[in-house]
Amino acid sequence: MNRTASKNNKISIRNLTIRYGNFTALSEVSLDIPANEVFGIIGPANSGKTSFLNALNRMDMMRTTMQVEGSVLFNGVDVRSWSNVYALRSKIGVVFPLPVGLPLSIYDNVALSPRLRGIANKSQIDEIVERSLRRAALWDEVKDRLTSLGSLLSGGQQQRLTIARALSQDPEVLMLDEFSIAVDPVTTMRIEDVLKELKQQMTVILVTNLVQQANRLADRTAFFLDGRCVEVGETRALFAGKVTDQRTHDYIEGRFG
Amino acid sequence: MNSVSGTHSVRFQAEPINLKNAQVQKLVKIVLGLMAVTLVIPVALIILTLLQKGSPAISWQFLTTFPSNGMTAGGIFPALLGTVWLVAISLLASVPLGVAAAIYLSEYAPQDHWLTRVINLATINLAGVPSIVHALFGLGAFVAFFRLGTSILAASLTLAVMTLPVVIVASWESLQSVPQAFREACWNMGATRWQTIWHVVLPNALTGILTGIILQVSRAAGETAPIMFTGAAFFLPFLPSGIMDQTMALALHLFTISTQVPGVPEEIPFGVALVLFGIVLVVNAFSIWLRMYLRSKKKW
Repeated sequence: MNRTASKNNKISIRNLTIRYGNFTALSEVSLDIPANEVFGIIGPANSGKTSFLNALNRMDMMRTTMQVEGSVLFNGVDVRSWSNVYALRSKIGVVFPLPVGLPLSIYDNVALSPRLRGIANKSQIDEIVERSLRRAALWDEVKDRLTSLGSLLSGGQQQRLTIARALSQDPEVLMLDEFSIAVDPVTTMRIEDVLKELKQQMTVILVTNLVQQANRLADRTAFFLDGRCVEVGETRALFAGKVTDQRTHDYIEGRFG
Repeated sequence: MNSVSGTHSVRFQAEPINLKNAQVQKLVKIVLGLMAVTLVIPVALIILTLLQKGSPAISWQFLTTFPSNGMTAGGIFPALLGTVWLVAISLLASVPLGVAAAIYLSEYAPQDHWLTRVINLATINLAGVPSIVHALFGLGAFVAFFRLGTSILAASLTLAVMTLPVVIVASWESLQSVPQAFREACWNMGATRWQTIWHVVLPNALTGILTGIILQVSRAAGETAPIMFTGAAFFLPFLPSGIMDQTMALALHLFTISTQVPGVPEEIPFGVALVLFGIVLVVNAFSIWLRMYLRSKKKW
């Protein structure tokens, strides 16, 4: 892929290698993620999916042993040349495998990010909180108890709270790391509907342990295995069996993983 | 067993080894329980003795007047006030320093760095230094080198050095008890380390930090050695007018009238001990109450 093509991509990754000491978690991954795409990443445990996400928003800075080589371009600019890494991170919302309701009220959970960005106007924050909770399909359930603790919500609600918190950042990219691991099937379907809506406004990177979830949501899907990106392609094609690597086919068919 | 192969139900038969295990379990439980109860005996005896022998001395007058007749009569007011001074100023010095150090060690210091290990080692060793060594250090450093003289300030700083490691360890432990996932979530949304500490980590670690600090009050109030050479006086006929003056203190007063002054009626030292014990007990009870109160508001 040439340079001009990568300029239209939201995220463009070249030869990304991630090491923890002597252990190589990810090696030589190159791929492009255009704007407003849902990009799925599937693969068994320890295939480097989470490390990949960490490299995108420069969380390697917070982990002393994590070393990143290669380049990650965000809007065409290498993330390592961003002078303010906090500005970069606030443009990328992250949702974790296990829901993390911060020990704050529901309102404060969602208001934290705007407040950290320096927004002090109460009505402006009110508006961001309501909009984010609505977009995360949680508003109707919590609008009457915004002052109660976010960490006391049910697992599924907390995961939507986490999504609302990520959306309160007004992110350009939303990264979800196996978000449905601790969420019941009904809530999972609700969140999936939310993601389909969000695709209009942002780029979604969906790391998932559920192959069928990638099938339902992702425009394109990458298959990671043992720290390598085995294959990237149109999700529909991959699931229709048009694969170049037999391992991709075997994983999608559930023969291992 | 043969009967297992039969189709009808088999009644469970305890084998000798099962019976033996059950007996050992019972015995262990009784022995451990006795040990736990034994622990209560000295505490109960101390309280009873103090109450029995000391309570006749306790009165409003005892708490609010100066000692008289060469400390063989009168009250303990200057010692009581002196202890409050010493504890307050030592906390003023050790809490900001200790909490700041704990925040650094817990949130900023690279865990596998040699400097972190040196600081941790120093903290642990400082906690193990006998109080008389702290006293000599205070005498050398604060009284002589910094020319503070024997004063409330020098004695308080000596106490502060002594309580510092425990403030650090207690604060560090309660910072560490805040789940790492909270920090990760904040960092990922673009919060700096300090914003994360200020908005999420510190508010949730406050319980443990406060408890650790309050427990230091009782320790500082009860210590004799560190203040003996650095700022506490045997007897002063007047109250200190500032932190550069010497002061009396309860712990030292108790030591003095029990060992150095002849002819003190028995109830006075016991009364002093009771007051000191009462202060420690009240402070500890407050700390336990605070811990339970804040835990009931725990947010995760």
